[in-house]
Amino acid sequence: MSDLIEDIAVLKQKFASGLVAETEFRGEHTLEVILASLRDVLVFANQDLGYDFLLDISSLDHFGSDPRFEMVYELATVDDAKHLRVRAKVGEDEEVPTVVDLWAGAEWHEREVYDMMGIRFKGHPDLRRILMWEGYPFHPLRKDFPLAGRPSEMPDVAFSGVAPMEGGPFVTSAGAEDPIRREPRSKAMD
Amino acid sequence: MVSDNSQSHLTTYDSKIEGNVIVTRVDAAMNWMRKNSLWPMPMGLACCAIEMMASACSRFDLSRFGMEVMRFSPRQADVMIVSGTVTYKMALAVKRIWDQMPEPKWCIAMGACASSGGMYRSYATLQGIDRLIPVDVYISGCPPRPEALINGLMKLQEKIEGSSALAEQKKEFFEDIAS
Repeated sequence: MSDLIEDIAVLKQKFASGLVAETEFRGEHTLEVILASLRDVLVFANQDLGYDFLLDISSLDHFGSDPRFEMVYELATVDDAKHLRVRAKVGEDEEVPTVVDLWAGAEWHEREVYDMMGIRFKGHPDLRRILMWEGYPFHPLRKDFPLAGRPSEMPDVAFSGVAPMEGGPFVTSAGAEDPIRREPRSKAMD
Repeated sequence: MVSDNSQSHLTTYDSKIEGNVIVTRVDAAMNWMRKNSLWPMPMGLACCAIEMMASACSRFDLSRFGMEVMRFSPRQADVMIVSGTVTYKMALAVKRIWDQMPEPKWCIAMGACASSGGMYRSYATLQGIDRLIPVDVYISGCPPRPEALINGLMKLQEKIEGSSALAEQKKEFFEDIAS
């Protein structure tokens, strides 16, 4: 099997038009591509380069810049020989092509991204919310969603409210000398 | 000794049942029976549930106080121990189970999360189960140790002891005969 450096060279040559950047930080290699060639890169990595294990799919919200969102795919092999990160920027009303047909495990990851960030996936077999309930009107991990939450109401299903944030954050003090000081409690902000 | 019915002054005291009579109030008797056979409904939602299970196991042994009969059916339980983080997604399910428990019933909010939302000041967490159902005893801790849960249950026993059980249960009846 080809090693990671060779893979990156092949990908850079083959998808030269779609490549935005290639970075390396402490042995972690990242390829940034445009959304239009994202699926082609992932198909090639899966079928020709042997990346048979999808570690994770996550997403970022660069609120205020355009394009707003970014998808992050962590590719690996089952024997852990190589690890490649692929990123692609996604605009607010763009859809991302699904990779469920390449890695079956992508199904729940994509549902989570859809639930928390509101990015839609084209071709996903079952794009429902996975953590919040069906009918919840917000996408909580977006930067413009307050940590305290927003009120919502679905009779007989669920409701949500606003958490009081005054006096926060509510954190434990690990390593404090007695259990009373270790309890989570409101602390004065410095 | 056979009592003689013709001697009416002797029938007021029957020596045959001497020593087997306890004079008490109905309330006290009901409270005594209720408090010594609390059947908990374990509403285990997070890490507090692990401590609750430990309380029921041999080392801490809730059954010493007559409250070990964990019932996983709300219809057979009379104290709900809400132990753990109540998310908004779970909140109405907890309420639905509470509503299915027969009266008289009590609720214990075990741990910081069930009492107040705990460290989860966030969009996903109900800020205390008392926003949905009435709570009798709050237990602090994150999570509380089994001793704290046992202490909470004993506090609940004290509370039951002090209640006017008959007056509450037969409230409508007493109102009827009073009017």
